[in-house]
Amino acid sequence: MGVLGTYRLRLRRKRYIARAIRKRRELRSVVNRTVDIKPGQILLFSTQRNEKIRLPYFLKYYRDLGVDHFLIVDNDSDDGSVPYLASQPDVSVWHTKASYKRARFGVDWLNYLQWKYAHDHWSLVVDPDEFLVYPFSDTRPLPALCDWLDASEIRSFGAMLLDMYPKGRIDGQPYREGQNPLEIASWFDSGNYSVKHNSTYQNLWIQGGPRARAFFGDNPGRAPALNKTPLVKWHRSYVYVSSTHMLLPRKLNKTYDTTGGEKASGVLLHTKFLDTFTQKALEELKRKQHYSGSVEYKAYAEALSQDPDLWCKWSEKYINWRQLEILGLMSKGNWA
Amino acid sequence: MTGTPDLGPETVKALARATTSLGIVMLVHNAFNRAEQAARHWAASGCPVVIHVDRNVPSAEYRAFVEALSDEPLVMFSTRHRCEWGNWGIVAGTQAASELLLATFRDVRHVYLASGSCLPLRPVQELIDYLAERPRTDFIESATTADVPWTIGGLDEERFTLRFPFSWKKSRKLFDRYVQLQRKLKMKRKIPLGLVPHMGSQWWCLTRRTLSAILQDPDRDTYDRYFRKVWIPDESYFQTLCRLYSTDVQSRSLTLSKFDHQGKPHIFYDDHLQLLRRSDCFVARKIWPKADLLYESFLTDEEHAMKKAEPNRGKIDRVFSRATDLRMRGRPGLYMQSRFPFDQWNDGRTCAPYSVFEGFMDIFENWEEWLAANTGARVHGHLFSENWVQFAGRETTFAGALTDSAQMRDYNSRSFLTNLLWNTRGEHQCFQFGPWDSQYISWDLATDPNARIYVITGAWALQHFRSNADFSDIRRDAAWRQKVEAEHLLALQSQWAKGKIRLLSMTEFIESPMEHLQTIIDDIVGDGARRLTEAPRMHNLKGFGKFLQTLKNEGMHPYLMGDYPMDDLPERPRQRMRKPYLVKK
Repeated sequence: MGVLGTYRLRLRRKRYIARAIRKRRELRSVVNRTVDIKPGQILLFSTQRNEKIRLPYFLKYYRDLGVDHFLIVDNDSDDGSVPYLASQPDVSVWHTKASYKRARFGVDWLNYLQWKYAHDHWSLVVDPDEFLVYPFSDTRPLPALCDWLDASEIRSFGAMLLDMYPKGRIDGQPYREGQNPLEIASWFDSGNYSVKHNSTYQNLWIQGGPRARAFFGDNPGRAPALNKTPLVKWHRSYVYVSSTHMLLPRKLNKTYDTTGGEKASGVLLHTKFLDTFTQKALEELKRKQHYSGSVEYKAYAEALSQDPDLWCKWSEKYINWRQLEILGLMSKGNWA
Repeated sequence: MTGTPDLGPETVKALARATTSLGIVMLVHNAFNRAEQAARHWAASGCPVVIHVDRNVPSAEYRAFVEALSDEPLVMFSTRHRCEWGNWGIVAGTQAASELLLATFRDVRHVYLASGSCLPLRPVQELIDYLAERPRTDFIESATTADVPWTIGGLDEERFTLRFPFSWKKSRKLFDRYVQLQRKLKMKRKIPLGLVPHMGSQWWCLTRRTLSAILQDPDRDTYDRYFRKVWIPDESYFQTLCRLYSTDVQSRSLTLSKFDHQGKPHIFYDDHLQLLRRSDCFVARKIWPKADLLYESFLTDEEHAMKKAEPNRGKIDRVFSRATDLRMRGRPGLYMQSRFPFDQWNDGRTCAPYSVFEGFMDIFENWEEWLAANTGARVHGHLFSENWVQFAGRETTFAGALTDSAQMRDYNSRSFLTNLLWNTRGEHQCFQFGPWDSQYISWDLATDPNARIYVITGAWALQHFRSNADFSDIRRDAAWRQKVEAEHLLALQSQWAKGKIRLLSMTEFIESPMEHLQTIIDDIVGDGARRLTEAPRMHNLKGFGKFLQTLKNEGMHPYLMGDYPMDDLPERPRQRMRKPYLVKK
């Protein structure tokens, strides 16, 4: 890519930042505790819609890891999640009724909040159904990882999305509020991921897993992307381009080594497939607020109406991060 | 800082309490609570501690730190210098603190240089006793530039002969360009007479004799001026000068510290507790400031100290060298989110050897079963078949939850192959390939050093031979398949082909099939291969020669089969294993 191409990306980055700042008008602060944020603290950003049932465990999981403050955009929930979030001492909440789709699936909102609050902080962007595991996450809290990344002068940390599913029907076991969703959705696909290189943004394009296998078997190109860079030492000139799949400036996307070595990386355990999913899929299909005409949700609804079982005899049962490391889904890199 | 410092009442009290011959110089720039803890620990055993705090630390923080330690008379603070990694400040700070320590505490015989993130692993008394037994020994890692493996930015010798006025951390470009310029202009600094550059770990333990000789050297100004512009002088100043005065240099550091591929120290966490217990080093660095368990376990008095574990240096070494190896070389054949080697860098595309068979299925009826029985390998059908993936046993899913969808496979056939092999590590994979298959993978197979490809060229025509289709269709299709296979062979015979490739025309193979089969089995099974006793069942080939002739008559030119005789091969009596002429090693 020549000078012109690089310049074009620079313009695109500036435009995305401007767009994010413009979109701040769609956000109404419900409770803003950001004055509590101290230098060096780890911040978590998320959008949510009617995820009340998941929130207690989600907050607990990340608090235990060492997240200091949660900044959450609520997209017009009506299940009581807003008052619940507002009552938490370490959560700031914004509310919006605006279109999720026209905010580029929430990216604009979070880009704005990160621009405003995350400068010079480690910033983690995850959905309420995503749980970060990284090397030594059972013995070392998130600040240990961030300190190490700082010391190694690494500003972005990759963690691919790993779809978790239950054995049997997706709606076979009801999820209780506060429960660890991995108790139900404890299975995953260990080795059917397609990895491609995207030369424009220099990120890797990873697809596969149970969603590709069960819903996109005859159209794998449309299967959802699984590559993510959720943890970034934020700078106000940074911007997420599409979900957390890619960033600008694009050096932040180079979370992989191209000469044969392995960089440290983690995994986002994606616990979308609980009993709550069937209803959610139908609702989202109606709202049409998702990527490329909600093609994903169309495929889900169709497949789910027939045989909602993602499990196969080669599925692996989740144990811990070491298992994921041995299977080659993540790596310790040179963190020992 | 030279001369005798003021002897205030505090110092007099301190002198009275300083009972040991070991003094500590501690460099601190952050995590003050931990530095305080460590300083108190040293002082509790009667070791005087002089702390140098980086001048970059805001004065409010500095004052709070001094205040926090004000009740400890054995702890003193020296003049502050600005420290930046790779620059002179660290040495200046060390000098100042050492001078203060030597001048104030006359009984000190050994000075130990530590940092705020150092953690004593063994009781301080053990260290004191150890040093008391070796009163004239200097413990300092010190090797000539030719002998050290660690070089950051490719600079070793040049650390001493070039100038480094620009910061490596803050203005890397200027740093690099200035180095290049100096190389181009062949600029070289003169090393002061009598000095032989040595390098080594920054953390040492020197005797009063050696250290004071260095600090009071009449030529010190010359040396200091020289080292001011050496790169990373904290790894070479004392290491070089000690060689001038020391009578007994033990070239090793008493401080355990491990460095990664970038020359950055590895950090120890709570989960390293058992590992650190097995170290025989006195001090470890660096410790993560929030590693509560480590600080609790090691900073205790002798009563609460843990029982000593059998020292095992090798284990610590292994853990960290493995980490560096993973970062530098990774796991061959693995493609994932943080390892994606580009071709030119990569000599191992896949993680293990595998075998590809072309044409065997067309000749033998029970090829898959026979091969599996004779090798113990996992034998698949045509994995790259156009319509579906023929896994062993024709299962719909396979290891790693790969599926039999041809679209998914063709979407990224390279990932499909590398995944399949990665998912079945430890088991040899065999599969069939041919001109009916999706050909995307053709070049990848040819250029993969792990691929063993056995081809019976032209055997695909047996499919046409057995087909009941219209002859004109057969003729057209045969021409097409021949073209496809020829293209594939082009890849296999190209200069870029790296696999182990055996090409045989069908005619050649049919002449002595068992010999060829034995070779294949030996390849897969290795030395322990058995002599083949049972041949796979061959399809009936009677009339194939005539069939080929008919194709020729119709204007097609089937040539890949070799010179297949028109009247079929002479019907041999079903051979009972003629012994192949193989030299066994």
